[in-house]
Amino acid sequence: MAKSTITPRSDLILFLGFTAVVLLMPLWLQPLGAAYPDLMQKFAIFGLFAIGFNILFGQTGYLSFGHAAFIGVGSYATVWVFKLMTMNVIPAMIFGVLVSGVFALVIGFVCLRRTGIYFSILTLALAQMSYNLAYSVLTPITNGETGLQLTTKDPRFLDAVMETGSGIPPTNVFGIEMSAWDGLFGFYFCAAFLILGFYISIRITRSSFGSMLRGIKTNQTRMMYTGLNTKPYKLAAFVISGMYAGLAGSLMAAVDPLAGAERMQWTASGEVVLMTILGGIGTLVGPVIGAAVIKYAENIFSAIDKSVLIDLFSFMPDAIGSGLAAVTSLFVGKGWHLTLGILFMLVVIYLPGGIMEGIERIKRRFFAKDHANNDA
Amino acid sequence: MSNILEISAVNLSFGGLKALDDVNLTVKEGTVHAIIGPNGAGKSTLLNSIIGKLTIDSGSIQFNGKSMLGVQPHEINQLGISRVFQTPEIYSDLTLLENMMIPLLAHRDGAFKLNLWSRGDQQRDILDKAQHFLDDMNLWIKRDVIAGSLSRGDKRRLELAMCLSQEPKLLLLDEPTAGMARADTNNTIDLLKTIAGRGITMAIIEHDMHVVFSLAERISVLAQGHVIVEGLPEEIKGDPRVKEAYLGGAEV
Repeated sequence: MAKSTITPRSDLILFLGFTAVVLLMPLWLQPLGAAYPDLMQKFAIFGLFAIGFNILFGQTGYLSFGHAAFIGVGSYATVWVFKLMTMNVIPAMIFGVLVSGVFALVIGFVCLRRTGIYFSILTLALAQMSYNLAYSVLTPITNGETGLQLTTKDPRFLDAVMETGSGIPPTNVFGIEMSAWDGLFGFYFCAAFLILGFYISIRITRSSFGSMLRGIKTNQTRMMYTGLNTKPYKLAAFVISGMYAGLAGSLMAAVDPLAGAERMQWTASGEVVLMTILGGIGTLVGPVIGAAVIKYAENIFSAIDKSVLIDLFSFMPDAIGSGLAAVTSLFVGKGWHLTLGILFMLVVIYLPGGIMEGIERIKRRFFAKDHANNDA
Repeated sequence: MSNILEISAVNLSFGGLKALDDVNLTVKEGTVHAIIGPNGAGKSTLLNSIIGKLTIDSGSIQFNGKSMLGVQPHEINQLGISRVFQTPEIYSDLTLLENMMIPLLAHRDGAFKLNLWSRGDQQRDILDKAQHFLDDMNLWIKRDVIAGSLSRGDKRRLELAMCLSQEPKLLLLDEPTAGMARADTNNTIDLLKTIAGRGITMAIIEHDMHVVFSLAERISVLAQGHVIVEGLPEEIKGDPRVKEAYLGGAEV
């Protein structure tokens, strides 16, 4: 009889392991060519986005196709605080998360009246509406196509009291600039939020609240006749998930102080769905892995061009080498989407539980071996 | 004995079809009351009206003297009515223990709670109760099994354990033995007898006359949305109107 393996202790180990892996990214990503701050920040930000998305999709069973809207709202709100108040990112981010939380409350209230595909379509419609509004009617707030940027004319009331420098000051955390430590400060700042977000997601998953969310995902009929009003649970999951996305949007603005409507587009919403499925729906670590794999592919594969491939195959006879280079070049550079598409198809067909299922299978194989050895 | 459930003059139509036609039915506290009738007689519709899934057109449904009209399904459950479905409604993706934790937490906390520091599986009172009610159904040993992999009989027992853990005053059962093998059916009858012995009032919809006459202390016969006879099992057995309802007036 299988004994339950999930204990507060195992969660602590998981959390510490996760923290170590994230903090040591600049070291172990070196051989993979991904250890530059810009990309590592993306890993952390999109990892956070995917963790939040998974709380709604993986735990509660509601597939939102409009989650990028919250990223956009978080970004815009954050940049406005930069413009009006201060370049210190902390108050700006708090404001960004709160605004996206309120926005999620409204959107969630409307969309959660329906389930399944109708819910997905409603979220998609509202997100596309927000995207188009940001481009057109809301130009005074969003600065339309150009995107919301900082200018020297921005009032920055709080900063103005403190100093009178010229030009646009950089974003900072109480004086430490985001670009400090060769850009690593920005990464560690994002990583701290990723770790915090991961911790909260463990707490949610293991709490009674998490049990209720999984109950909603598995059987709403039983839930309704169990004496529970499911609405506040669904709405809470939606708002929490929207605030995670808002935090991700705020972090994007914190490391690079501008906000554009393209962040809200449906492709961005679709991307987080891919990340979650690729990594493993409903798992704790899966969405982060999925986010990292997709961002890695986007940044690394897309940077490989034909000349790099010809160099790579130069040890072979010319004819074969250039032939191989021609074939593989289809899958890199501008064609990186092809690689991602194939990878995604393979995962969905052979590992419906995502990369985490693959890891689980390998683990089980090794454990089975251990048993065999013990018996011998 | 007082009446725990009083249904009077209930009407409900689906378009032109009169599903419930002036239904009057009283369930006395502490009894097992069977509702029988041919297919399409309105038995499930009646049950769905009681639990608030359907809204009746007119009439009244009173539980312990309180009107159930306009009360939300979850509130009806909190007042003490639990329902067992024809197909066991359980959380198939979760373990048996998690299945038990949800109704137990719902029963204890009542309303929405967002406390990230309270783990259901680390709370003594919840765990003890889960063990008690699973033990009751001989399912504690399977507590870490995913509920979807259980046999039909075990799923039914799990659903019963979940309903009983909420300490209901009235338990509604919709064909509790549907699709079960004979041995499983007999086990279920024994189980329901035990539950009835604890003083829990039950209203059962059932097709299987073996089950009905093994359990019921009172029987109502529903035909075409109307209660045609109500009485003790021996009265129902010989009633010509019941035969007619089932056999459409054919000579027996």
